[in-house]
Amino acid sequence: MPEPAHSFMLTIHVNGVERQVQVDARTTLLDALRDRLHLTGTKKGCALGQCGACTVLLEDRRVVSCLMLAVMAEGKQVTTIEGLARGEELHPVQAAFVEHDAFQCGYCTPGQIMSAVGAIKEGRARSDDEIREQMSGNLCRCGAYTNIVAAVRDAAAQGG
Amino acid sequence: MQPFSYAPVADAAAAALRARAGASFIAGGTDMLQLLQENVLQPDELADLNGLPLAGITEEADGALRIGALTKLQEAADHPLLRERHPVVAEALDATASPMVRHMATVGGNLLQRTRCLYFRDVSTPCNKRQPGSGCSALEGENRHNAILGGSEHCIAVQPSDLPVALVAVDAEVLARNTDGAERWIPVGGFHRLPGDTPEIETALKPGDLILAIRIPAHAARWRSHYVKVRDRASFAWALCSAAVALRLDEQGRVAEVRIAAGGVATKPWRLPRVEQELLGHRLDRDRVRLSAVWASEGAVTRTGNAYKAPMLQHTVERALIELGGLA
Repeated sequence: MPEPAHSFMLTIHVNGVERQVQVDARTTLLDALRDRLHLTGTKKGCALGQCGACTVLLEDRRVVSCLMLAVMAEGKQVTTIEGLARGEELHPVQAAFVEHDAFQCGYCTPGQIMSAVGAIKEGRARSDDEIREQMSGNLCRCGAYTNIVAAVRDAAAQGG
Repeated sequence: MQPFSYAPVADAAAAALRARAGASFIAGGTDMLQLLQENVLQPDELADLNGLPLAGITEEADGALRIGALTKLQEAADHPLLRERHPVVAEALDATASPMVRHMATVGGNLLQRTRCLYFRDVSTPCNKRQPGSGCSALEGENRHNAILGGSEHCIAVQPSDLPVALVAVDAEVLARNTDGAERWIPVGGFHRLPGDTPEIETALKPGDLILAIRIPAHAARWRSHYVKVRDRASFAWALCSAAVALRLDEQGRVAEVRIAAGGVATKPWRLPRVEQELLGHRLDRDRVRLSAVWASEGAVTRTGNAYKAPMLQHTVERALIELGGLA
């Protein structure tokens, strides 16, 4: 096994592309994505796992990237908001958020959308109550919750 | 965050080696990252346990369920045998944190989650748990979330996890391995320690000890069980109060076996033997439930901000029993 070190050459697969980046052991996955790979769609809110703005998919599971060291994502698949659309064609969850006006300022939106994509993949968006429970880790200070639930319901019905 | 070095470890022996050299362990990391961000912990080295083969749930020959320490909370919550046999544990996991955190956090780490006491997490204030001998800011401070049971003049911090409360109700044990490789089973009820005058020592683990697994005994599958969590909002919030109930009724409908534990109100998962005693041998009806639940807050010491927890605890236990007994 490797000796303990303070700095690492990290290899991660982001949105299907293998990326290599030098990181300090302290660097969170969130900071590696934003500051090193310049994928600033993933937002930094609380940095303490409480707001969900930094939600990404790690191997198809929703995680908060602020509570993970980048070195612990070595070799893993990460999907960010930048990886959802196919060219100019929005992902169904993105399209549903636009259709239902499911945001105001938009800061929490990438996290909301990634969380919704995860919830639908997990098969946990089967009713409004379940959507509310499953989206409870993503706060929206503008209070767009009603439209967020409608967007997730609609996207889930279309198969996400 | 202060600088630290990092290395993954491949097996328990390597973990022990790094622990002896002063490393702290990291697994799911959901609490560790918060503690690092806030400078509550400043380890020199982190040893990453995720390479150890300790994830997954298996049924043992005698019917016990063994939950590997690295099993994610969501994976445990979704396990069909766990859901069928021990609803109290599945419900406690369902009510824990957010889906994202449940995909990251491990069952072993959840037992070791540190308190949410405001002062423990604020390095600018005195806290005996974080800095022994510095004083307890919660005694006369913002203590709405602090303990009414099991506290001392040195610390009234709540152990905040839901899972161990449910595990006490199902009589579970924790398997720990020390740095010499010796393994031992610790009942979950005896895993967390009262703060006394050493609130910095929180569990029965010694430095370098590694949690390998949790075991729910076969006999717990005889019990019906249920978890009720009361919080400030409907989801993704710490327990103000919770109750885990497991019981078996005899053929006449009388309580033959019962175990009850409370969370959110005490410095450790809090067994309620007096409530259990008041229920044993009686039919589970609303009067008996109410008269028994009154004993839940026996011995409570309340402060300016948390006196509400004494009646809330009684009512939470009462509600858990009513729902479990189908008496609503």
